[in-house]
Amino acid sequence: MNNTIATRLIFEQSQPGRRSVSWPAAPLADVSLQDMLPASSLAASPPPLPEVGEPDVVRHFVNLSTQNMSVDSHFYPLGSCTMKYNPKRHERWAKLPGIIDVHPSQRDEDLQGLLGILYELQEMLAEIAGLPCVSLQPAAGAQGELTALLVAKAYFRSRGEERTAVLFPANAHGTNPASAAAAGLTCRQLAGGPDGLLDLEELQRAVNAQTAVFMITNPSTLGLFEPRIAEAARIVHAAGGLVYIDGANMNAIMGITRPGDFGGDMMHYNVHKTFTGPHGAGGPGAGPIAVRDFLGPFLPGPVVVREEQNGEIVYRRHTPASSIGRVRTFFGNVGILLRGYFYLRTLGARGVRDAAEQAVLNANYLKSSLADVLPARYGRYCLHEFVASAQQILQQRGLSAMDIAKRLLDHGFHAPTVYFPLVVPEALMIEPTETESLATLDAFVDALRKIILEEDPAVVKSAPQTTPVCRPDEVRAARQPMMCWTCPPAESIVK
Amino acid sequence: MNYLLQTPEQQQTMLQKIGVPSIETLLEQIPAELRLDRPLELPPALGELELDGELRQAAARTVGASSRVCFLGGGAYEHFIPAAVDELSGRGEFYTAYTPYQAEASQGTLQAFYEFQTLICQLTGMEVANASLYEGGTAVTEAAFMAMRVTGRTGPVIIPGGVHPQYQTVCRTYLESQDLSVVQTSLREGVTDLAALRSAITPATSCVVIQQPNALGMVEDIDAIREVVHASGALLVVVCDPISLGILKRPGDQGADIVVAEGQSLGIPLQFGGPYLGLLACRNDYVRKMPGRLIGKTQDRNGKSCYVLNLQTREQHIRRDKATSNICTNQGLMALRATIYLSLLGPHGLAELAELCCRRAHYLAQELARRTDVKVLSPKGFFKEFVIRHPQGGEFLKQKARAAGFDIGPTLEEFGDLPGVDPALRKEGVLVAVTECRTPEDLDGLVNALSN
Amino acid sequence: MAESLRYSKTHEWARGEGGEFVVGISDFAVGLLSDLVFIDLPEVGRKVAAGETFGEIESVKAVSELYSPLAGEVVAVNTELPDHLEWLNDDPFGKGWLVRLRVADAADAGELMSAEQYKAHCDAQQH
Repeated sequence: MNNTIATRLIFEQSQPGRRSVSWPAAPLADVSLQDMLPASSLAASPPPLPEVGEPDVVRHFVNLSTQNMSVDSHFYPLGSCTMKYNPKRHERWAKLPGIIDVHPSQRDEDLQGLLGILYELQEMLAEIAGLPCVSLQPAAGAQGELTALLVAKAYFRSRGEERTAVLFPANAHGTNPASAAAAGLTCRQLAGGPDGLLDLEELQRAVNAQTAVFMITNPSTLGLFEPRIAEAARIVHAAGGLVYIDGANMNAIMGITRPGDFGGDMMHYNVHKTFTGPHGAGGPGAGPIAVRDFLGPFLPGPVVVREEQNGEIVYRRHTPASSIGRVRTFFGNVGILLRGYFYLRTLGARGVRDAAEQAVLNANYLKSSLADVLPARYGRYCLHEFVASAQQILQQRGLSAMDIAKRLLDHGFHAPTVYFPLVVPEALMIEPTETESLATLDAFVDALRKIILEEDPAVVKSAPQTTPVCRPDEVRAARQPMMCWTCPPAESIVK
Repeated sequence: MNYLLQTPEQQQTMLQKIGVPSIETLLEQIPAELRLDRPLELPPALGELELDGELRQAAARTVGASSRVCFLGGGAYEHFIPAAVDELSGRGEFYTAYTPYQAEASQGTLQAFYEFQTLICQLTGMEVANASLYEGGTAVTEAAFMAMRVTGRTGPVIIPGGVHPQYQTVCRTYLESQDLSVVQTSLREGVTDLAALRSAITPATSCVVIQQPNALGMVEDIDAIREVVHASGALLVVVCDPISLGILKRPGDQGADIVVAEGQSLGIPLQFGGPYLGLLACRNDYVRKMPGRLIGKTQDRNGKSCYVLNLQTREQHIRRDKATSNICTNQGLMALRATIYLSLLGPHGLAELAELCCRRAHYLAQELARRTDVKVLSPKGFFKEFVIRHPQGGEFLKQKARAAGFDIGPTLEEFGDLPGVDPALRKEGVLVAVTECRTPEDLDGLVNALSN
Repeated sequence: MAESLRYSKTHEWARGEGGEFVVGISDFAVGLLSDLVFIDLPEVGRKVAAGETFGEIESVKAVSELYSPLAGEVVAVNTELPDHLEWLNDDPFGKGWLVRLRVADAADAGELMSAEQYKAHCDAQQH
């Protein structure tokens, strides 16, 4: 069924003279371009892009799309990424005129509908976080982290404090230390306790007058709620620092407990995860942040505010008094934020909590069904995800987490996240989400059992066999990087 | 409606299998005193039909570009988007997939991004492009950090006033957090003042950022600027308008070291400022200093050509606090849109588009100068965007156009800080952008609106 | 493991040669990294302190910093090595050398571990 002609690189399909668009005639036909622009700035020929017709383009990209696994087509239990169903209605609404065609320089008075929606989204995110002030600006979770750290820095500076250290546990996402470094802060990693949870004594020893922010993912990347999070927050607060909650795993707790209620001063959401963005093959996301009221004045602008003017409700964009500036050119990744808004309006309070509970039930069902073959080292019960270890299987049967992941593809399942977090050897991080059926979960368990108990482990080690390619050579890719197609010398470059 | 599939009976089956009486037991790890003891205060749940009605009403209270005539510019533009871009990027196999960690299950995405990287190289004349960044302002910022890594210099980054004011703000927000700084140099007659630039550069200067065409729409003399910049050993970062490269020289052919751009013009809707598409391309020598995802070509176990995430050791999930950037994802779906868009246009489609925008913009400028009391900042030397002014102020012009159903802007006052723009022009000036979407009737309509 | 060399805790080795020291990384370290793809070495003339980072070595999924075992000035660099990373696997104590240092005080080498001590250090790391 593979159409290998259509999936040749688009450049290899180029035929000089072929085209897909035509434009109307331009005015000032009697004037040379050189009379409009400096001759030295004009190119002798256009860029050597491929020349293909619309049917070429359509068949090419349709065929490429079939070489992907996706939530629409497959179970995608990629831990930490919350690959839940992406409702089709969102796609329709995001394309409504008055939403998709709004220019960022339009006037607030022309944007009352859209600004009202964005204001309402800010309010909903504040409520779910238990933190009152929201900026929708950050383009992704990582940018949310950085933005919040800049807000914290500005806050401390306003108090005449020079705090420079960020603390985080060893199982943190790599973005936490990377964001801290980008914010000009130093990083200190905490080892954590033997139960996979925070070690409060270690935290107590680590905090001091230099501590700016303690960053923690809660629920953690092990899929566990930190039961002593409130004490941890008290320790950090007593030392004068702030607590940042990485909200990557909000899907487990929305409507059940709130970062602001368990000691967090700041947090980011991943709208593309928790509120079903979608993921777009690696973005765009949206990483709005929520913070305590005393941090609100430092948020990047603009935020949307609601005012009463002559008895009428009016929304307008506003830059907070002591704003850190901007972390992007325009308002935010509105297209993704809106999908989050549509989702929350569809679910309501009960639906949000039901989704969290079902996500927890699905994850525990998988955890318990796999306990004998793929044990999770930490936690009696998990929340929305769990981290199983294939170490025992590696020792007994020579099958690594990677082998198991690759063989799952042959069974029609996307692989879990592998080798993260680093604190678990041969980690398989499994997050089913709430939108999968019992039949799918059972089939996934069956597939994993079959793989692990496969009579001939060589079958697993040579997987995947049903995908377009099998185990690309990453060493070769990195040693001789080829990141750009170049025209074979025999062929002439299109002029 | 919450998209759940398990029936109550199935939930019971699952609980039994786990060996717990209820979901509550699973949640025991969340201390009771930290629980929310009430339902969230959210608006009531609505079904698809009801919410559809409400959203359509809200959208109708917003006046989108398509219901007014949009001459708005300043870094975001209403360009025409061929239907195939929406149709193909709207395939769930693309937009409901994630970062291609499992290469075997993601060859569609990986090959599309490899094609994207190649198209951006072809477009800009550079040797390697990444798989995209958030948007224009952050792309400029990432380029500045990258230039510091390449040169080992950490002095102030020099940004002449012709660079989009908000790009400058973003860059300052990021740099200043690391105790680095930005030095602005002024414009002279609408373009970068070479003498001011020369005197601002020091041996510690890592890079100079030039926007082409600049924020006032004017074409800069890149050759002259490059000589000044390279004489000091600093890198030349060029921020380009991708559409303009249909007719303007490619930055790579003019000696740019790093090229960045806002890629929104390449088939991405306006949607109130995002998601957009940050482009970044450079010389091969700097590839290991690049931020963001990179896709590489390799072979699989059976010798078949294929694509993988490459040079991942630069990234945050491996290098953590020493990563080249904290960026985690790219703007995948937007990069896909640009890939489809550029494939559809091809070299001649892009050249004709660029020429059409340019000629329509010049026609409008000529007619405004001829038939109204509006002054055009410069009769030539601009691409698709230009500044007009009036003694009664930019806002006056904007309101006048608005009353007739035309949106122009932003005014230079709204736009932001533009060093070297004299206070009178700042007060009187407003930007007008012309794309292929502005018909001859639109152009004449705006002239009429401003003529009486 | 080569007996006559001195070793640092971070797995670099040093070998005295006519008042200068040749520096490389041990076979143990190369084994830990596996599938090397890139090495970044310093420029000739660079002055380094003992324990200072002077380069980086990468595999596909990991990156490690290279630390100078001794204080001194880089007087030569194995410029062919980046194109022949297999030398690090095949001959880490010979063709796979990294840099040659002119050290300020040759007695500093006495602070480094002997082969025996280093072996114990590696054994401890494996457990």
